[in-house]
Amino acid sequence: MKPTLLLGTRKGFIAYHFKNGSWQSENLSFEGIPVSIAYADPRSGTWWACLDHGHWGVKMQRSHDRGNTWEEVTAPAYPEGKEVKEGVPASTRYIWAMSHGGEKFPSRMWAGTDPGGLFLSEDEGNSFQLVESLWNHPSRKDNWFGGGRDLPGIHSVVVDPRDENHIHIGISCAGVFETMDAGKTWEVRNKGLRADFLPDPYSEVGHDPHILVAAPTNPDVLWQQNHCGIFHTTDGAKTWEDVGQKEGPARFGFAMVVAEDNADQAWVAPANSDETRTAVKSSLCICRTDDGGKSWKDFRKGLPQENCFDIVYRHALATSGETLAFGTTTGNLFFSADRGESWQTLNNYLPMVYSVQFAE
Amino acid sequence: MPIVKFTNALKRFFPGLKDTPTHGKTLEEILREVEASYPGISSYLLDEQHRLRRHVNIFIDGTLLSDRDGLKDSFSENSEIFIIQALSGG
Repeated sequence: MKPTLLLGTRKGFIAYHFKNGSWQSENLSFEGIPVSIAYADPRSGTWWACLDHGHWGVKMQRSHDRGNTWEEVTAPAYPEGKEVKEGVPASTRYIWAMSHGGEKFPSRMWAGTDPGGLFLSEDEGNSFQLVESLWNHPSRKDNWFGGGRDLPGIHSVVVDPRDENHIHIGISCAGVFETMDAGKTWEVRNKGLRADFLPDPYSEVGHDPHILVAAPTNPDVLWQQNHCGIFHTTDGAKTWEDVGQKEGPARFGFAMVVAEDNADQAWVAPANSDETRTAVKSSLCICRTDDGGKSWKDFRKGLPQENCFDIVYRHALATSGETLAFGTTTGNLFFSADRGESWQTLNNYLPMVYSVQFAE
Repeated sequence: MPIVKFTNALKRFFPGLKDTPTHGKTLEEILREVEASYPGISSYLLDEQHRLRRHVNIFIDGTLLSDRDGLKDSFSENSEIFIIQALSGG
């Protein structure tokens, strides 16, 4: 298990460190400021904080000394004149995804934003440029739209470790797009997805993956917790299959992670559907599949089973080795040392949690 | 010369911020001078399309500016230009 937990919360950047058998608070930065993503680049150990100032706009900060000092870097910004739609100027409203560009490209970073722009840095995040090929994709202006947010947003950037120019991204709402050439050209990868909220549920574009993840042991296996089910692919997203439960809780939700050592093992954090966005039957569970989505078990030991309103946002469930952690909308933080089968509470009094990541 | 004053909330990010006399004839010019004095501050006030951020207000001699997108509001040599955050969220 990596011994650090980074949290992006509504009221700041929070780090915990595992020491002498327990999780202890290590760092609080940007107190009072919403942090949409708290991210550690595993290549360099650099910590990143994507800030969502209510008044002053979106900002990016990084730290080379585990949060003791931070420096502001220029946040992704849309070139002058870019428009989301006719008459709607494009400006960065939220940073919703952050990913390093791989071991072969040590200076490369990716950032996904609301209103739908993907940004690339080739200089360790000192500057980010809009990926114009995706912004100019013919589907964007007419067929992308907001899901949970007013405008479209890129929340997932999945870099293939076998070929780090090969990337899948997840967009709410548009779906999954794939590039083989580090963003120069794009293919839509939504075959098999279902968008029940569209007049044509099998439309090529307009799907709502809430989060997209790939199996570290086999990156051709990808999973997504979608607005309309849990979808799984074994052919690199060329075709998707709904593997969510028809009746059980593993169906709607936001977060999903896949085991580091087993492409068939994955977890979701179920929620009631979009009508209420509350905990299923006022209780919290984490569901796990061990067989590629053919079956699901729900685990509840140590989690609240009554009077519970927690749901788990898309970036707020993480795994490392045998362990998992997740933070909730009502500020609870839970940890499991046995692949999700039982849970201990790390904190009941946090702000709303937006992101959780294990780090060194 | 017009003097620019700032909300205390901005001092968290720009600790040296203080009342700043300027020479600009337009709000745009004044904001450029402010940026020169406090590098980076304009990205806190304007978005990348040069629009005043939604929750930022500018008062000129006590009156809220009217041209949020164009920043064409006029002022005088002795005006006090107050940059403040909107009280969103109660």
